[in-house]
Amino acid sequence: MTNMALAKDIRFDVQAARRDFPVLARLLNGKPLAYLDNGASAQRPDFVIDAVDEYERHHHSNIHRGVHTLSQEATAQYEAARDSLVRFVNARSRREIIFVRGTTEAINLVAQSHARTVLGSGDEILITHLEHHANIVPWQLVCEQTGARLVVAPIDAHGEVHVEAVLALMNERTRLFAFAHVSNALGTVLPVKRLVAEAKARGIVTLVDGAQAVPHLPVDVQDLGCDFYAFSGHKLFGPTGIGVLYGRESLLERMPPWQGGGDMILAVTFAKTTYNSLPYKFEAGTPNISGAIGLGAAVRYLDGIDLPGAHAHEHALLAYATASLSKIDDLRIVGTAKDKASLVSFVVEGVHPHDLGTILDEDAIAIRTGHHCAMPVMDFFKLPATARASFAFYNTFEEIDRLCAAVQRARSIFA
Amino acid sequence: MELNDLYRDVILDHNRRPRNFGPLEPADASVEGFNPMCGDRLTVRLKMAGEAITDIRFEGQGCAISTASASLMTEAVKGKTRGEALALFERVHHLLTDDAASSDELGKLAALSGVREFPARVKCASLCWHTLVSALESPNAAVLPAVSTE
Repeated sequence: MTNMALAKDIRFDVQAARRDFPVLARLLNGKPLAYLDNGASAQRPDFVIDAVDEYERHHHSNIHRGVHTLSQEATAQYEAARDSLVRFVNARSRREIIFVRGTTEAINLVAQSHARTVLGSGDEILITHLEHHANIVPWQLVCEQTGARLVVAPIDAHGEVHVEAVLALMNERTRLFAFAHVSNALGTVLPVKRLVAEAKARGIVTLVDGAQAVPHLPVDVQDLGCDFYAFSGHKLFGPTGIGVLYGRESLLERMPPWQGGGDMILAVTFAKTTYNSLPYKFEAGTPNISGAIGLGAAVRYLDGIDLPGAHAHEHALLAYATASLSKIDDLRIVGTAKDKASLVSFVVEGVHPHDLGTILDEDAIAIRTGHHCAMPVMDFFKLPATARASFAFYNTFEEIDRLCAAVQRARSIFA
Repeated sequence: MELNDLYRDVILDHNRRPRNFGPLEPADASVEGFNPMCGDRLTVRLKMAGEAITDIRFEGQGCAISTASASLMTEAVKGKTRGEALALFERVHHLLTDDAASSDELGKLAALSGVREFPARVKCASLCWHTLVSALESPNAAVLPAVSTE
């Protein structure tokens, strides 16, 4: 497939999208930035930057506290952002959307407030082999605290998780199944709906790590049926330090607060404290107000663009990158699942990923190199590290051509 | 920043054909260095006669900078005393982190001076040296918990 053949089928206006993201106009070493590290963190559009700027300049105050004008404005904007997130993932109510620092904090919240309080010795927590450390370590902590056991569902040589292999590990002791919607290291898209349905049929609580999914796929938590869904703002074109935990209201109601402080209480005496209602019960202390407003703006920005077109463009980029990189001698793509989000992990014989990353950087091409916080995935493929190019809808076919040329240049340096 | 300055011929050569690479048994000291940020992992093994390093070999996997640095290090410290090796570590550490550092009398190790223009790569070059220091100071340590990123 050529650039033109691919581009013709897709009506998405990439150049218009690029103009929304000021950093994409940057030159590095006199060359235009090719930002192919969106899986680590995506860039922000003016729409987000301006929303945060407007709040910081004109409306900042603490929320849920003051009777004065600024406090009311800040509260209104913060809560409007929550409403935007409710719509974005199709939660049933705003009580199900909790603002957290990011995916990591969301998972830790569920681990400590839900799992730690209901699991006991001999219970099992099921995860998969392709999880990010953020969806492994919080469960290991819970296992240490409760005597529960961590069980890991295998992947195959393509980096796919098979439903049957997961089912074989579910039993009457399995209390929780936590898994990625999209693998950050390999790009594999997991069959979330099917896995959730199977878990549900067995009374197993489900948590989906959606950090890599929300930028690439439409996510409807009611349709997926999961109990918890976690994601970060900064991979979704929003600010860092803000993310969302979606939780099923009936479960959240039963969970104790995991941090105590201001805002999460209704009344405090030294004898007894009455906790606030959802979602505030889980938002102790002054939150990241501007971050939430920025994330609200990010999902409203996405509402305003041709999202199906953007996703189709990303898939065309994935197909083009896969085909182009495969033509390079000594290059091997790691993670070849049938259903993938738009990222490609790869290794080049004779060129260590870190050297590749440095050489690409000289050509103003930003990729991620390393273990991608998924060391068990690297161990599975017997690799210390990979190079990972991860795309957003603002990336172009030309950038992939530049990526391939730079990989060839690296090969010639180490030949 | 110039790539040619980072990937000098000496570096490329020692990456392609690392010297003193492989097991060393029995060893008087064996320490594994691990950089959790990037996954680079290497083991440095020493044979000592009193204060003198009579043999040194390394094994592991890492990038070109890390492999070449370890290879150059083994050549440079073989035959040196513990004190001389530690002094050389200080010189190399200085070379990797200080723009004003001189590479006089460092011989082939001077090839590492290009690394300081690439701050993200300094830890690649210094991993083996920190591992060596650990082996010289506490030969029974199995794994370095973390390596400083300077």
